[in-house]
Amino acid sequence: MTHANPLEPEEPGHHPGPSTYVKVAVILAIVTAIEVALSYIPGASPALIVTGLLVMALAKFVLVALYFMHLRFDNPLFRRLFVTGVILALIVFAVYLTTLFARGGAAPLVTGS
Amino acid sequence: MAAHGAAAAVHDEQHHSSTGVDNTKMAMWAFLGSECLFFGSLISTYLLYRNRVLDGPRPHEIYDIPYTSVSSFVLLMSSLTMVLALAAIQRRDMRGCRIWLLATAMLGMIFIGGQIYEFTTFVEEGLKLSTSTFGSSFFVMTGFHGAHVTVGIFMLLALFGMSMFGRLDDADGPRKVELIGLYWHFVDIVWIVIFTVVYLVPTN
Repeated sequence: MTHANPLEPEEPGHHPGPSTYVKVAVILAIVTAIEVALSYIPGASPALIVTGLLVMALAKFVLVALYFMHLRFDNPLFRRLFVTGVILALIVFAVYLTTLFARGGAAPLVTGS
Repeated sequence: MAAHGAAAAVHDEQHHSSTGVDNTKMAMWAFLGSECLFFGSLISTYLLYRNRVLDGPRPHEIYDIPYTSVSSFVLLMSSLTMVLALAAIQRRDMRGCRIWLLATAMLGMIFIGGQIYEFTTFVEEGLKLSTSTFGSSFFVMTGFHGAHVTVGIFMLLALFGMSMFGRLDDADGPRKVELIGLYWHFVDIVWIVIFTVVYLVPTN
């Protein structure tokens, strides 16, 4: 007896059905709830919280792109186009971070209320 | 019958391209790829400036995480209703498609209403566009996202209107819903990143 993956497409080669979409939405809602709860844990290591939050955000991002935007089922060309945009955005982010540390701006400039 | 055949021929012709994929869908994905760069820049700018506050409130003093969590949940669920609209039109259930399209637009409006309320509260608490670089980067980033959601709502309502007048009944109908759906899901994806990086990640 085999157990089908609940996230597998119901019709191979086609878009999945409504039941798969609902399952993905439930997973997204649960992950969001965990994210919010994680940000409220008192005394937790900030590095641990940030890492956990980023991993969960990435998981949600990938789930929406693969299932709701059908990147998992559509032509790989679309996936390459989108991933190129994401990689370029990450490069921009890396350049910003480099600028931040190069000018010694990591320290916050906070003098107000 | 002849008209239907002609419509199908036009539809097939639209999908004939050197890449073998629908050109309009390809264009939409290229646009979304470029939008990644756009929002990546806005989010990076915010991260650079969020702790540089000379005047006015700091991020952790004004963010209302429970409130924004509900807004995020609403937008997340609008992605579900959007994809259900696509599933409905793909099985030629036009009534179901209209219901889900309208539900998506309504959820989008609730999100925008929430954002307007949040902006108003922030201004009352002393954070304006020109208060600090934190305020500037926050309002520009979330404002552009809100503008994208608003454009999406208009496109959803246009789809709803087209459906009412039978303009989505042809073979090209599902493709039109899918294209707008891609845009809507992208707006949701951007908010997933903004919600985590801007609201949940602790500031200094």
